[in-house]
Order: sequence, then structure tokens, then C-alpha cells
Amino acid sequence: MTPSSRAPRTTPGTTGKTLRTRGGLSLRVDPRAALVVLLLLAVAAAAAVALIGTGDFPLPPGDVLRTLTGDGTPAQEFIVRDLRLPRVLVGLLVGASLGLAGAVFQSVSRNPLGSPDVIGFGQGAAAGALVVIVLFHGDPFAVAAGAVAGGVATGLAVYLLAWRKGIHGYRLVLVGIGAAAVLTGVRDYLMTKAGLVDATRSMVWMVGSLNGRDWSQVWPLLCVAAVLFPVVLGHGRALRMLEMGDDAAYALGVRAERTRVVVMGAAVLLTAAATAAAGPVTFVALAAPQIARRLTRATGPNLPASACMGAVLLIGADWGSQRLFGADRLPVGALTGMLGGCYLLWLLFTERKAGRV
Amino acid sequence: MSAAGTGVPGTAGPGSQDRSASADARASYRNTEQGDTTVSRLTAESVTLAYDQRVIAENLSVAVPDNSFTVIIGPNACGKSTLLRALSRMLKPSAGSVLLDGAAIDGYPAKQVARTLGLLPQSSIAPDGITVADLVARGRYPHQGLLRQWSREDERIVQESMAATGVGALGDRHVDELSGGQRQRVWIAMALAQQTPLLLLDEPTTYLDIQHQIEVLDLCADLHETQGRTLVAVLHDLNHAARYATHLIAMRDGRVVAEGAPGEVVTAELVERVFGLRCQVIDDPETGTPLVVPAARERRGARTPAGTPTAASAGAARPAGSPAP
Repeated sequence: MTPSSRAPRTTPGTTGKTLRTRGGLSLRVDPRAALVVLLLLAVAAAAAVALIGTGDFPLPPGDVLRTLTGDGTPAQEFIVRDLRLPRVLVGLLVGASLGLAGAVFQSVSRNPLGSPDVIGFGQGAAAGALVVIVLFHGDPFAVAAGAVAGGVATGLAVYLLAWRKGIHGYRLVLVGIGAAAVLTGVRDYLMTKAGLVDATRSMVWMVGSLNGRDWSQVWPLLCVAAVLFPVVLGHGRALRMLEMGDDAAYALGVRAERTRVVVMGAAVLLTAAATAAAGPVTFVALAAPQIARRLTRATGPNLPASACMGAVLLIGADWGSQRLFGADRLPVGALTGMLGGCYLLWLLFTERKAGRV
Repeated sequence: MSAAGTGVPGTAGPGSQDRSASADARASYRNTEQGDTTVSRLTAESVTLAYDQRVIAENLSVAVPDNSFTVIIGPNACGKSTLLRALSRMLKPSAGSVLLDGAAIDGYPAKQVARTLGLLPQSSIAPDGITVADLVARGRYPHQGLLRQWSREDERIVQESMAATGVGALGDRHVDELSGGQRQRVWIAMALAQQTPLLLLDEPTTYLDIQHQIEVLDLCADLHETQGRTLVAVLHDLNHAARYATHLIAMRDGRVVAEGAPGEVVTAELVERVFGLRCQVIDDPETGTPLVVPAARERRGARTPAGTPTAASAGAARPAGSPAP
């Protein structure tokens, strides 16, 4: 695929460069957005290497890279391959899934507050996990399954409650906030019923964390992402059209409600899978699409940039918490929660100034 | 208007190749109601239109004559916008069906319909910070695919559509900083870039100043005359409708009261029947089309309208371009 050779008469004001083949295929690329995605990937990779090197046995980046390519000492092999690499991979996948799911929901609801951790899907997954911990004393696998079930059930309930000839912005956000409140109550009630061991286990689970994540968390998450990322990204163009309103999108040949059901279903599953793997990590789904949008300065849901931004945020926050507070002291969810609270206040403040809240 | 020079060609649209078999169906479907041989690609066949349980229209049949500028008029809540929504497949009839080229419109793939029939909805949202050119370019969506995102033809048609609507110089401006009239022309440019032989417009002049209303209607007339597109618009202003339409559909309470050329349809008697308003219908001094002048307050109060017979006769005998009284 080569850039078109004959002088293209580009229309002033259209953003993006076009790549065309002789066969008549063409791809439209926004150079700024593409650059942002590449830079974010580079940052995520660098942060991942730094995070693998961080811990009670620090490793310089050179050693990390050497070990990853198979030239480390047996001790390094053990630390990198068995202990830290799966944790970092879980972090990258959870961050990317949450970033993508956040971008989908913010686009569908046309509202930066319409992200899964605000409108109840994170809470739903947490409640599902707690039911398994407290009532059934399940093993970690059952807890993860409970989280997925809770997230999906919440997604379905919110969709049905918010549905009124289709799904629309504020209704989705308000119904979701209501659901989040109910689920938080359920969670607190379960905590009062729990014995000391279960309560401790619940508390540890409820603050999203990457501590002690191993390959058994990586594989399911990787499978979910491998299926759902292409599904969501493939609907990216239709999602852009939907931002002009259902009628305008439908007039252009976009099946509005079907597109929404597909991408929202995928986003709920991604959120549930991410929560099952790392617990309810707040802030990432809310902030990643907003930051990505400000970096790319592009209209539309900015799906690839949001996913990369989510991965960078989560890995960066984990690295930061380990650097600041020591290895495995402060779970990453606590740090993202604190940052997220501040960000949410700032968002509400600026939205109020813009007259939208 | 510069549309004549920059007329967007190919209004048959790339969609037509998908409908190779439908030419027969189209030919066989003729509007026989009026006893002539007007061909209609878009018709509603005894449709019942309802929102939830509220029935707006029952057993309604309408045919849009090809190559016409059809305008639907009627009082508020008469079902004219609902009819347009049904014709543009935004609303599925609870009975009967809307036919495009002789086949049920909801049987076609969504993108294929979008290459044949365009709609300018009443309310669309311009995404935050989008440029004029990017918005117009979105009209090419039904012609694109995952691996065919921006052809040279897309580029050319977007430029031509912007030129035809007079927004060619605004390409890199942000849509949210334009005036209402400019914005409406940008949305029309987007619908034009869709390259559909049929274009439906839902109250395209609402919320616009009078000069912008005329501007938009002139543009529609240009598209109809120079590019041969079939236009269907819902309009509020009777005089605009009478001036610009080639085919007028007057509705009341979900039924078509009258249809035909404005010169035949718009009479004082009809305006009273449809809108419940006494008026005179005189010749528009500019165009010779019917001009509705509501009766003065005192006369409307009177039970015996002296003006009606004269207005009706004035409506019947209409010398073209006759001067104002």
C-alpha cells in the first residue's frame, strides 16, 4: 500500500491522509491520531519493561529485555517469566479493555460520565464476585466467573431499564448511576454478612489490584480481547456516524440499534472480564477516552487511542504506586481511585462551566 | 446559485447497479390513481402509522412522482412528518408497506437504501469540533467499506456537493461556529454527497430567518431542476410550498385531502378545509403561483365570508404573471 502518487486534490478541511492501492482499496488515516497511538504503544512498552524491573529484586531494563528474549539467568527467568510478566500483561490487557469499553459507552451515551465504572458495570461485577466469596466461599476461578456474571447481568438490566425506543444519553447515565448505587448497597450488605476471612478476602478483591496475577488470569483475558477488540474496532466507523443522532446515521445506512447492542455488549463483556481479572479498577475507563481525545484532537470515539491510553494509565499507575509506596503495598486500584475522584470533580466542574451539567 | 455549472452528476447513483432487476418492477409500478402514467419509485401502500399505541394515520396511500419536487403540507399533528419518517424507513408502518422500486423498503440492506434515498432529518447533532468538510464527507458512508474508505470519487463528490450548496469556501471551518443558514446548507451538502436520486427533507427551513429559508428552498429547486433529483419536503409555510413545489400533498388528520400541482390544489376552499382558516388566494406577483392571504380578523369572525367566492374564482382563472391587485 503506497500513498497515492498522482497529486491528490484534497478537500481543504478534511482531516486525514488517504492510502490507496491500484486495486481501488483505500484507507483513511488521521496522521495525528496514528502518531498518538504509536507513541502510546511505545510508552506502554517502556512502562511495561520498567514495571517488570520493579520490585524487591530490581532488574535494569537491559536485563529485563535480555530475559524476555530468553538469555537470562534461571533466577531472572523465574522472576520475569513466572512472576512479573503475567502481572504486566494482565495490567496491559485490563487497561486496554477498560479504555476501549469506556470509549464505547461515552460515545453511545454522548457523555463523558457514561463510562462503565460510573454506570454500574464495575459495581455489578464486584457484587457478583462478592456473592461468590461471601455466600459460596468459592475459589478464585469461581470468583472471576461471578464477576463476569454480575457485570453481564448488570449490563442487561441497565440496558432494559434505559431502553425507550433505543438507548439515549442521559437516560443511560442516570439509570446506570441508580444501578451503581443499588449494587453498592448490595455489596455493603454482603460485607456485613461475611465472616472475618471472607470480609478480608472481599476487601482485597474490591480494591482493584495486579498483585499476584499469574498466567491463569492472562489467558482468558487474552482470548476475550482477541475476539472482542476486532468486533468493537470494526464498528468504529458506524459508531462515528451514530454520534450525529439516530436519524442521520440511519439515513446513511447505519443500523443504529443493532450497532449499539453489538458494541455495548462487547464493552460490557470487556469490562466484566477486566474486573474478573484485576478487580474493579476505577478511573481508567472514565479518563482514558477523554485524555486520548484531547491528544488526538479527533472527532469520533477514538477507539484505538483510548485502548492504548487505558493500558498506559493502568501500567503507569501500577508502576507509580510501587515506586512511591513500595512493592505490593498500595494496590493500583487505590491510586487510580484517588486520581479518578479528582479527575471526576474537574470534569464536573468544566462540564458545569460549559453548561452541560 | 452556481449549482448549474457544478451539477453533481450520476444521480442514478452507484446503488443502481444493485437494482438491475428492479427496473422492471419500477416500470410495472405506475401511479394509476390519477389516470396518467407517472412513475413512482417511492410509494406508501395503505400504511397505518403509529407511535406505540397512538395511531397517526390509517390506510394512507401516497405516491411520490419521479423527478418531482413534492411538498407535504398540513396543520400541526396532521401526520406529515410521520409520513416522511415512514417514507424514509425511520418509522416502520404497523400495517401496509412503503415500497422502493416496487419492493418493501425494509427488505433492502440498509446501505443499499442509503445509496438510493437520502434524508435530511429535523434534528441532527454535529459532533464536537468537526469541520465542514469532514461532516460533508460523512455523506459518503454508504458508498464506503472497511477497505474502501476514501476513493477519488468520494473526494470529487464531496467537493462538488460543497460547491453546489455554496459552502465550498467553508471547508476547514468548524460546524458549530457557522450561522443557522450555513449549517443547514452543510447538512444538505452532506445529504447531497450521499448521491441519492431521492432526497427527503423534514422541515428544512424551520428555525431559519426568512432570507435563509429562501436560500435553502432555492437550493432545493436547483437540485431538482439541474440535477433531476426527486425531492420530498415537509414545509410549514403554505406560500413557500405553493411557490416551490411541483407536486403538493395536503394532509389533515392523517389523510390526504388533496394532491396535485399547486395551481390546482391551493384554493381558498382547500385552505379552509385543511387548516380551518378563511383566506383569499391570489396570484403571487413574483411567480404567478397561488398566494394565500389570511382573511382579516373582522372578516374571519363574520359567518358569511364575502371574500370566498371571489378568491375561488381568482384561483381558478390564473393568468400567468398577472400583476398584484
